[in-house]
Amino acid sequence: MSETPKDPLGPGAPDSGVQGQGTTTQGAVPAGKKDAGRNGAGRDRDLTSWLPTVVDSIAAVVLALLVGALLIMFSTPRVVESLSYFFSYPWDFFKFSGEAVWDGYRALISGSVGSGTAWTRTLERAAPLICAGLGVSLAFRAGMFNIGAQGQILLGALVGGFIGFHYDLPPGIHLLAALLGALVAGAAWGAIAGILKARTGAHEVITTIMLNYVGRFTMLYFLGKEALQRPDSDNLLSPPVDDSAAFPTIAGVHVGVLLAVVAALFVWWLLERSTLGFEMRAVGANPDAARTAGMSVARVYVSAMALAGMLAGLAATMTVLGRQDSLTDQVAGTVGFDAITVALLGRTTPLGTVLAGLLFGALSAGGLSMQGAAGVPPELTQVLQALIVLFVAAPALVRGIFRLRGQGRKADVMATGW
Amino acid sequence: MTTTTTGPAAASPSPEAPVRDRADVRRQVRLVITFGLVLAALVVFALLIEDPKFTYLLGEKRTAEFTPKDANATVISWGAVVVAAIALVLAVLDRFPRGWKGALLGILVGLAFYAGFLMWAYTDQGEGGFQAFIANPIPGTIRIATPLVLGALAGCLCERAGVINIAIEAQFLSGAFFASVFSSIAYSSLVFIPVALCAVFGLLGGVLAGVLIAAMLGWFALRYRVNQVVLGVVLVAFATGLTSFLLGQIPSDHKETLNDPQVLEKIEIPVLADIPVVGDALFNQTLLVYLMYASVALVTFLLFQTRWGLRVRAVGEHPKAADTVGIQVNRVRWQAVLLGGVFAGLGGAYYTVGSTGAFDREVSAGTGFIALAAVIMGRWHPVGATFAAVFFGFMWNLQNQLSFVQPVPGELLGAAPYLATIIAVAGFVGRVRPPAADGEPYVKG
Amino acid sequence: MKLEIKGLTKRFGSFTANDHIDLTVEPGEIHCLLGENGAGKSTLMNMLYGLLEPTEGEIVVDGEPVTFTTPGEAIEAGIGMVHQHFMLVPVFTVAENVMLGREQTRRGVLDRKAASRLVRDLSDRYGLKVDPDALVEDLPVGVQQRVEILKALANDAKVLILDEPTAVLTPQEIDELMAIMRGLKEQGTSIIFITHKLREVKAIGDRISVIRRGKVVGTAQPSASEAELAELMVGRSVQLTVDKAPATGGAAVLEARGISVVDPRGHLVVKDVSFEARAGEVLGIAGVQGNGQTELIKSLLGLVRPDAGQVWIEGRDISRHGPRESLEEGIGYVPEDRSHDGFVGSFSVRENLVLDLFRNEEFSRGPVLKRDAIEANARHRIEEFDIRTETMETPVASLSGGNQQKVVVAREFSRPLKVLIASQPTRGVDVGSIEFIHKRIIAERDRGTAVIIVSTELDEIYALSDRIAVMYDGRIVGTVDPSIPREEIGLMMAGATTPAAANGGAA
Repeated sequence: MSETPKDPLGPGAPDSGVQGQGTTTQGAVPAGKKDAGRNGAGRDRDLTSWLPTVVDSIAAVVLALLVGALLIMFSTPRVVESLSYFFSYPWDFFKFSGEAVWDGYRALISGSVGSGTAWTRTLERAAPLICAGLGVSLAFRAGMFNIGAQGQILLGALVGGFIGFHYDLPPGIHLLAALLGALVAGAAWGAIAGILKARTGAHEVITTIMLNYVGRFTMLYFLGKEALQRPDSDNLLSPPVDDSAAFPTIAGVHVGVLLAVVAALFVWWLLERSTLGFEMRAVGANPDAARTAGMSVARVYVSAMALAGMLAGLAATMTVLGRQDSLTDQVAGTVGFDAITVALLGRTTPLGTVLAGLLFGALSAGGLSMQGAAGVPPELTQVLQALIVLFVAAPALVRGIFRLRGQGRKADVMATGW
Repeated sequence: MTTTTTGPAAASPSPEAPVRDRADVRRQVRLVITFGLVLAALVVFALLIEDPKFTYLLGEKRTAEFTPKDANATVISWGAVVVAAIALVLAVLDRFPRGWKGALLGILVGLAFYAGFLMWAYTDQGEGGFQAFIANPIPGTIRIATPLVLGALAGCLCERAGVINIAIEAQFLSGAFFASVFSSIAYSSLVFIPVALCAVFGLLGGVLAGVLIAAMLGWFALRYRVNQVVLGVVLVAFATGLTSFLLGQIPSDHKETLNDPQVLEKIEIPVLADIPVVGDALFNQTLLVYLMYASVALVTFLLFQTRWGLRVRAVGEHPKAADTVGIQVNRVRWQAVLLGGVFAGLGGAYYTVGSTGAFDREVSAGTGFIALAAVIMGRWHPVGATFAAVFFGFMWNLQNQLSFVQPVPGELLGAAPYLATIIAVAGFVGRVRPPAADGEPYVKG
Repeated sequence: MKLEIKGLTKRFGSFTANDHIDLTVEPGEIHCLLGENGAGKSTLMNMLYGLLEPTEGEIVVDGEPVTFTTPGEAIEAGIGMVHQHFMLVPVFTVAENVMLGREQTRRGVLDRKAASRLVRDLSDRYGLKVDPDALVEDLPVGVQQRVEILKALANDAKVLILDEPTAVLTPQEIDELMAIMRGLKEQGTSIIFITHKLREVKAIGDRISVIRRGKVVGTAQPSASEAELAELMVGRSVQLTVDKAPATGGAAVLEARGISVVDPRGHLVVKDVSFEARAGEVLGIAGVQGNGQTELIKSLLGLVRPDAGQVWIEGRDISRHGPRESLEEGIGYVPEDRSHDGFVGSFSVRENLVLDLFRNEEFSRGPVLKRDAIEANARHRIEEFDIRTETMETPVASLSGGNQQKVVVAREFSRPLKVLIASQPTRGVDVGSIEFIHKRIIAERDRGTAVIIVSTELDEIYALSDRIAVMYDGRIVGTVDPSIPREEIGLMMAGATTPAAANGGAA
């Protein structure tokens, strides 16, 4: 079928901006420009084509925050009331709106990066987003849209947590065993969708969504078992993991956050430097050519989904082994779904995913203090996140609004069929 | 070793070699395995029954008209075994029919499995206490299937025109929310609207919201050519966040004016509703269900019998060909996407004014994705998608009903509709052919 | 209807596809537009048909200047076009395709009967036999083309543009098409006939305009010699044949016996095909597109598993091999659709040059790619195969068709081969690259490799082959010597088994 470009949002990354019409079908365009003096041109192009995407991303964030400001305004009773006498005292409306937005966003910033504890919270919230986001990115680069991070996290949490509180092992080994269990369980759950796609062609968007639900019921089933029940509670709730299985903390931040960075480096190495990554990118961009070149598309699908699940399993350890949360069916929160937006915002590159994960971690941490300090509902951050990705995906729209120069890049054609 | 086998090419006789298609062999193997498993399960079910007494009910609930009756399970369970055995023998002999006959026989085996399973589940409940009875599954199935069918119709329309719609869930959520709000406002503030029409007014709100999300889908997908799978997922996140946010904005003292809708009343269609067993289930339903029946017919007619439908399918299959005969590709796609929004919005309205009333967070619980699965299982055909949606409704209803009996763990039942989707998509649909240009933005030139 | 094009120009960014083109088509004239791949013929026609907007210049119809912003307006003005890639919806019937865009309805319901009647009327009047109720995807390409012509005629086209219409036809079908064209001309229709084949231009044209690099470089009369036309088209004198010594004809390297393939839609597309390829010899497989060549080649590679039959390389059975094992056995493969199967468009030239070699020890150690070796390889191959690219990091999709093909060829030739299979090795490639690729193929043959060339272009088959197998309807209808006249091969491509076939087929 059609090529799945590695960059889901279209223009931007150096090797994606090529379209089928115009240049290529018209034939010999750049033929004959082969002087050795232009060797540096490739690198220059990389830089210039990377820059606008940063500008676009920042513009998208700003635009989303502006829409968010509107939502804050109309969620503040004082502002809404001032509208009823707007024509008598218009100043009230502007004053109250300004105050509401100022209070809200000040709380957002101070709650995310304003203090040491705020930073800790941001990092601890970013870490699982980064790990799961890396999983989504990796699968995307191999041509698969992994919506199943949520289920993979649940399974990882279930196994990792169970090992963490059920067994008594010496400190280092206990942590290692729980970590390994979470990774393997996540990988196994992810691999199911890969195997189904490779063997039967079942579309991974459908199967991963369904596996999320099945994962939730699996969690519920085991939570109902005696061995997982917290003794002092009537709810479906497990005990937290033993301290011997928990991540140690350094300077207030648990070590899991470092693991997220290691995972990002690993994904970068895998994609850019390894044979498997080469195959993954080839399969993701053009499965037919990859197959013709002797690559096993099925094997790539399965291994990419298994790795993606493993990264989601790592994300699970951030909560279960890092924050020592109890197992519930809500243990994954919305990390699995936010991971998709993180990956998309990060343009499915490891570095981008890390940055996007940090941004979303900050939004999530700041969202809490917005609610506490300014009474802004926490759902606002979810709306903000969706808007940011939406705007990043449509750079032409954002540029039009901010009158940015287009750099000659049209919104590229992105063909991703079923 | 092989060079010796070399002979003149012209000498080898070349009558049509009786080559058996590998896909054909695979189909047979799959059928044999499936029917074998079904047969084994049915035999086990039949053997496990100790006391073959069970009770059933022609209606959905115990009423004056419908009271539980006793019956004997033995004949039914062994009858089911016989049906499965016949299918297995046919499959082994490679005599299993194709086309609609095969589908019919397949459905029969499915029903046999259902019957055998029910017999096992509802017999031997022990003496005393609450005795669960087998209730008529049709009314529940229809109700649950209603939004799924409407959502799947929206999906068919969009995807036949070449726009992937993963945002059905987003349309459901916003449709549900605004249906509730519209109905509530109509009841509490717009006194000129008669009470009976408040819920219908709510449907209007649902439609508007569905079309609004469709417009966002169209705007970003057609105007800005954003990857449509990505777009769909983001729109779902957006709608989830927005409806939750707005719900949080409704102060508790305003709840009755904004989120306490009138729900649709059941309307009994005379004569038709008196048909035994199915009549009450099919024709004593709300307006929304009747709209759903009509929508299936309407979409099928539109897509396959009208000028517009021909053009929709053309832009979904080969947009450039459509362009070269003077059809404005993106305009047709816009129309299809927006019309789809109408149906998806109606489907969303089911979750508030069509059933329980007030909007709650994520009230549609991911059913938009099930509707999407129905589109694919139904091979992008409105009638096929309807059947798939009804199948999901049936599974869900079964899960609800079986929660009263012991033998199956509740979590397995809860996961059953999702597992069924996976099995259906992986096992029986596999590589289906979507509209050729599905998901591809059209650029002239 | 008289059609004039005055100073028409089209630019894509800094690239000028059409540069001030002037052209006049008189009523009832067959005007040939000759130019090689990428010269800008299709761009010009797309502007004429409202698919592209001109940057400058105007189009004049019967003395009136017109502008077409949509194909609808061009159709309205009486312009019809038969596209090189057919603009037919495969899952629609012939009648549905013909009525699309001009549907008749009765009380809102499509009037399919009226459409069928229209198709029957038109096909009777112009002698274009088509079943109006057949699904287009079930029709052979030659018939699909008739549907395209019918579509244009149904819209009362006064000027008919035929864009490379002969690429998919047998020589006999080409003759039929030419007869149809003459018939249309007699009824007053003007025809613009776009091609790069000199023979056809001479056979049918009233007037010839030659386009090179987006400019009209000259006009010629049909009486001009082929060499003159070729020189005008390419801009230098062209070698129309490939220099090669007679084949050495060694032992059979690849043998196929009784291959049958069923396609995913359940049709038997390759029927009991047997042949062998010998060391140091080029076996040409001729035939019209869609007669089973694609599937046959894919089954040799293991991309499709044959439903019956076996393939051996040097006596080893490889019928159950996947593509990777087949490549490791020493098969080199140039696929027919390079952008589909041959390269990854978003990958750089450097990466594409090792797409099927990266597993070799030379380019990787365990799971780690050797970046230096891959870069050195790229530098070396770009030089050796004269691949015109800005840098080795340029994505292959942005190269010209000829250079894309050179990337594929360079990669496949850069390891020791026992068998080389090249499908349509020069489709959509400029003349310079054609000459280069043909030379490399013959050089590979002379190194003792068994070469299989699949081509729908008889010129190419004749230029390269030492033996020619002709495929029709999934079978090899005969294997002949290249000394056989074109007409006979043409008959075989239409299914006739000639006496020559029986003799030449001996192994």
